[in-house]
Amino acid sequence: MSPTSPTSMMDESIPTAQTDEVVVSPDASASSSTVEKSVRLSAPTIIDINNVDFHYGANKALHNIHFPIKEKLVTAFIGPSGCGKSTLLRCLNRMNDLIDGTRVSAGSIKISGVDIYHPSVDVIELRKRVGMVFQKSNPFPKSIYENVVYGLRLQGVSDKARLDETVERSLRGAALWEEVRDRLHTSALGLSGGQQQRLCIARAIAVEPEIILMDEPCSALDPIATVKVEELIHQLKQDYTIVIVTHNMQQAGRCSDITAFFYMGKLIEIDATEKIFTNPSQKQTEDYISGRFG
Amino acid sequence: MDLSRKPRVRLIFSRAMDIAVGFVTLAALVPLASVLYMVVRKGAGNLRWSMLWELPPAAGMDGGGFGNALVGTLLMVAIGAAVSVPTGILTAIFLTEYSLGSKSARLIRFCAKILSGLPSILAGVFVFGVLVINRDLHLWGWNFGGFSAIAGGGALGILMLPIVILSAEEALLRVPRFLREASLALGANRTQTVLHITLPAAISTIITGVMLAVARAAGETAPILFTALFTSYWISSLHEPTASMAVLIYNFSSVPYDNMVNMAWSASFVLIFIVLVTNIVSHLVANRSK
Repeated sequence: MSPTSPTSMMDESIPTAQTDEVVVSPDASASSSTVEKSVRLSAPTIIDINNVDFHYGANKALHNIHFPIKEKLVTAFIGPSGCGKSTLLRCLNRMNDLIDGTRVSAGSIKISGVDIYHPSVDVIELRKRVGMVFQKSNPFPKSIYENVVYGLRLQGVSDKARLDETVERSLRGAALWEEVRDRLHTSALGLSGGQQQRLCIARAIAVEPEIILMDEPCSALDPIATVKVEELIHQLKQDYTIVIVTHNMQQAGRCSDITAFFYMGKLIEIDATEKIFTNPSQKQTEDYISGRFG
Repeated sequence: MDLSRKPRVRLIFSRAMDIAVGFVTLAALVPLASVLYMVVRKGAGNLRWSMLWELPPAAGMDGGGFGNALVGTLLMVAIGAAVSVPTGILTAIFLTEYSLGSKSARLIRFCAKILSGLPSILAGVFVFGVLVINRDLHLWGWNFGGFSAIAGGGALGILMLPIVILSAEEALLRVPRFLREASLALGANRTQTVLHITLPAAISTIITGVMLAVARAAGETAPILFTALFTSYWISSLHEPTASMAVLIYNFSSVPYDNMVNMAWSASFVLIFIVLVTNIVSHLVANRSK
C-alpha cells in the first residue's frame, strides 16, 4: 500500500464519520489525533489551579484562573504581552515570591494534591521538583560541568561518580552531550545562545524535577536553535510535565498538547492544541490566533 | 546626489565645541600633572634604596630613611582593611540580597553615603575620643587606650567602611537578577545563592572598591595624627605610637633641615607609587574578569 492511500481514504470518511473539529485538519494524523486527544485530556492532573487571583501590589494580574494541568503533557500558555501567562507560570514554582508586594490573593495551586502556598511548604523542596528554564539563557559564569551539577552540589552531593553520571545523563537528555563532551570544564559562557539554553535545560533536569516550566525558552534563539529546543521538548515529555509560555503561536502549535489562551489576566480558553488552533470556541481566541490583535 | 561637505553653522559650532572640550580636559589635567611632576622631580632624585629600611634621622643629621613609617602605614591600612572589608561586604550583601528596598536598607545606605563624605579628621577625633583618651581601655585582654597602631587602623577603617559598602553594593547590584533566579529555581536558598553565584560574580568589582579604599586610607594624615601619633623608632607592639608615611611627610616638610625636607619628598614619591600600584592592580583584577 502506498503511504498516501490511507490518507485519502480517511479524507473521504472523516467528514461524515467524525465531528467537525477533525475536518479542519484532514491530514494523515487527523483520526489518530482525535483518539490521542481524548487520551490526553483524560491524563491524570498533576497541577490543579483553583480560582487563583494574583496581585502585584494593588494591581490584579490574574483573575480567577481555574484549570488543571495534565501529567506528562506539554501545556502551552499563549496570549498577548501582559496577559498574565508568565505570572501564572512563575506562580507554579513560587518564583513570584522574590518580587516584593506580590501575592496569590485568592484560590489555591495544588501540585500532586499539595497546596504549594500552604505555610508548611518548603519552597526549596518545591523548586527542586518544579524546575524552570528562563527566557534569556542564564548559565552561571562557571564551567559547563559545574552548571549542570549546581543543583546537586546544593543538595550536598559530592560523589564524583554520581556527579559525572548526572552530567552525562542530563546533557544527553538536553541533546547537548555530543557537542560539549570534550569541553565540559570550559566556561559555559563560551557556548552559543542555543547551546546555553539547552545547558539551562540540562541544569534543570539534573535535579530530576517532575515538572519543567519554560518561560519563552526560544524567544532569544535563532530558528535552528529553536528547532533543537522544540525537538528536545518532544523528547522531554516522555518523562516530564512541561508548561511552556510562548509568544510564538507556531511554536505552541508544534510542541504542545494543550494550549491555554490568556487575555487581560483571564483564562479565555483551554483545550487540545489542535482544537485551539483550528476551531477555538471563543471569538477572542480566534482573533488572537489569526493575528487580528496582540 | 550631492554629498560633498558644505560649511554649516552647526558644523562650525560642533567643531568649536570639540576644541573647547579638549582644552577644558587638558586644563583639568594640569593640577594632577603638576603635582605628579613636582613629586617625581623632587622625590625620585633624592630617593635612595636604603631609605626604605632605615630609621628617620635625628634633626640636622644626614642619611636615614622612613622604613618604620612604611611599615606603620602598611600595618595600619591592613588593620583598617581587616575591620572594614568584612563588615562592609557583609553590609552590602545585607543591603542587596536580604533587604533590598526595605526601610532599614534605605537607612543604612543613607548613613553610608553620609559617612563617605565625613571629613577624615573627624574619624581621627572620634577614635581619639573613644579609644586614645582612655589610657587604660582593656577589652578582651587588649589595651585599646593610648596612641597606637590599633587606634590608627581603626580610624582608617572608619574611613574605608563607606567606600567598601557603597562599591560592594554597586558591584552586587550589577550581578544580573536572572543569575539569582536561576540559582533559586534550582532549589538554592538565599545564602547558597550569595555564596555560590552572586559573590563570585561580583568579587572582582568588589576588590576594585577595596583597593580604592586602601589607596585612600594609605594617604590619610589627619586621622592618623590623632590616633597613632608618630615615632622615630621601629614598631614593637600594636599598642604604642606608630609612624606612618603621611605623618612623616607632614612632620618633615615643615622643618628647617634639608635632609628631612628631601626625605619628605621621597616619602611622598613612594606613597604615590604605592597608591598607583594599588590602583593598577585593582584595574587588572577588574579587567581580567571581564
